[in-house]
Amino acid sequence: MIELRGVQKSFGSHEVLKGIDLTVGKGSVTVILGPSGSGKSTLLRTINHLEKVDRGHVRVDGELIGYRLDGTKLHELPERLVLRQRAGIGFVFQTFNLFPHLTAVENVAEAIRRPDARERAITELVRVGLAEKTDAYPRQLSGGQQQRVAIARALALDPKLVLFDEPTSALDPELVGEVLDVMRDLARAGTTMIVVTHEIGFAREVADTIVFLDDGRIVEQGPPAEVLDSPKHDRTRAFLSKVLV
Amino acid sequence: MSVLSEARAAPPATEPLTVVPARHPWRWVGAAAVSVLVTQFAHGLITNPGWDWATFAGYFFEKSVLQALLVTLELTFAGAVLGFLGGIVLAPMRLSRNPVLRSVSWTYIWVFRSVPLIVQLLFWANLGYLYDTLQVGVPFGPGFVHVGTSDLVSSFGAALLGLALHEAAYAAEIVRAGIISVDQRQLEAAAALGIPRLRQFRRILLPQAMRAILPSAANELVNLLKNTSVVYVLAIGELFYQVQVVYGRNGRVVPLLLVATVWYVILTAVLSFFQHYVERHFSRGWRR
Ligand SMILES: Nc1ncnc2c1ncn2[C@@H]1O[C@H](COP(=O)(O)OP(=O)(O)OP(=O)(O)O)[C@@H](O)[C@H]1O
Ligand SMILES: [Mg+2]
Repeated sequence: MIELRGVQKSFGSHEVLKGIDLTVGKGSVTVILGPSGSGKSTLLRTINHLEKVDRGHVRVDGELIGYRLDGTKLHELPERLVLRQRAGIGFVFQTFNLFPHLTAVENVAEAIRRPDARERAITELVRVGLAEKTDAYPRQLSGGQQQRVAIARALALDPKLVLFDEPTSALDPELVGEVLDVMRDLARAGTTMIVVTHEIGFAREVADTIVFLDDGRIVEQGPPAEVLDSPKHDRTRAFLSKVLV
Repeated sequence: MSVLSEARAAPPATEPLTVVPARHPWRWVGAAAVSVLVTQFAHGLITNPGWDWATFAGYFFEKSVLQALLVTLELTFAGAVLGFLGGIVLAPMRLSRNPVLRSVSWTYIWVFRSVPLIVQLLFWANLGYLYDTLQVGVPFGPGFVHVGTSDLVSSFGAALLGLALHEAAYAAEIVRAGIISVDQRQLEAAAALGIPRLRQFRRILLPQAMRAILPSAANELVNLLKNTSVVYVLAIGELFYQVQVVYGRNGRVVPLLLVATVWYVILTAVLSFFQHYVERHFSRGWRR
């Protein structure tokens, strides 16, 4: 279970997250929608502590991320421990961010700290349908294939949770489907996922909960049928009327 | 519009079209002019007795020259290894968030790039004048081991020290250029995977930085090779010093300078050869 309580984050004087409370159940899929600049990426990045929060806290399976609680004080964890926590949280970037000097299988195996890393990496690549491409370098793969390698890389550490930041926005339209298919399979297999996306069709079909974020606040949340078909808030309605044309 | 439609109308549909390459008359003129100059220069090299090719041949493989060549190679190799090790430490220091590390590295690079190598070498050679003994012990406190400075720092040691310190400053900037050329998102991806810091540096950052580092590093290595000739001021028997010794004896300055020159040219060619293969190794994943 993932729990965000009163999460606040500013860049300089610009308050990007204005107190976020969110609970995500184990094995559930949460889709975050919201206009550009509303703080979606920042929210995801606070969950694996790529951004430090200014106030509030994040817990994953009860474990406080990035801090140690001592009485009423939150002590920042040393980087080594934060890195260890991050290994339990997969992150898939909009721009894939594969390591260009490593092959697909090396990319996936890089963070695995086990003697059978390569076998494990190949298993993950097979799972995302890339059995044939294990020895290809990222440059030799299409965007959709690169993003699937990135997903395999995020899965290879058996994460408790996988975060997706607009995983299909950098893809040509005909490649979006293959990535969404992989994500659909993951959801079906019970992977806990938080997904920022503009793919409303995917959200409607796969999400358990849709969260609508606007200007650093959660404006409304609920099951897809509720949020997408009968939004309560004007902001949500305005946003949906733009993306649903 | 009329040009376009004419062009479209021109080719008869059935005939295969042949390509006639464009002619480049000026290339021929340029090539001819340069060939004349090169031939003239070569003719001069062969016929001018001043070059004294017999003496050149006599000394090219002469034992003392070969020994001196070895010293040059040792200085180059050791200087490069120590220099680049220094650079690999100094560059991340200069990029670090720790203000003390950052300013120490900045100052080091500033100072050692400012001081001409020859001046620095003379300083090291005269270290004994500043401190006659060096000791190992508690900072500002008592010492345990005392060594005479001139015993510790031989003239070869002084030369190597100078070259390495000088080289480290340049190497630091080369490595830094390589590091900042790597997309920040690469480190972010590594951090998101929980890869430990040192491993991020070694496995993700450095191999990618190498692509930007290598051409400048090879350039710097060639510079270092030639800079070893400056240590002649410390009377170390490297190549340039040795040919001076020989022409001081027999007065054949030009052919002996030529001996040194040709060796430097050959060594540079060997370096360029290796550079090609090393660069190819680190361009893995960038070639299709
Ligand atoms: N490192 C940073 N420094 C300063 N400002 C930042 C930084 N990162 C994000 N911001 C600002 O925070 C706000 C929210 O950014 P964020 O990337 O979270 O938005 P988003 O909802 O993901 O938008 P998009 O849909 O365009 O990706 C933006 O106004 C952005 O300019
Ligand atoms: Mg974003």
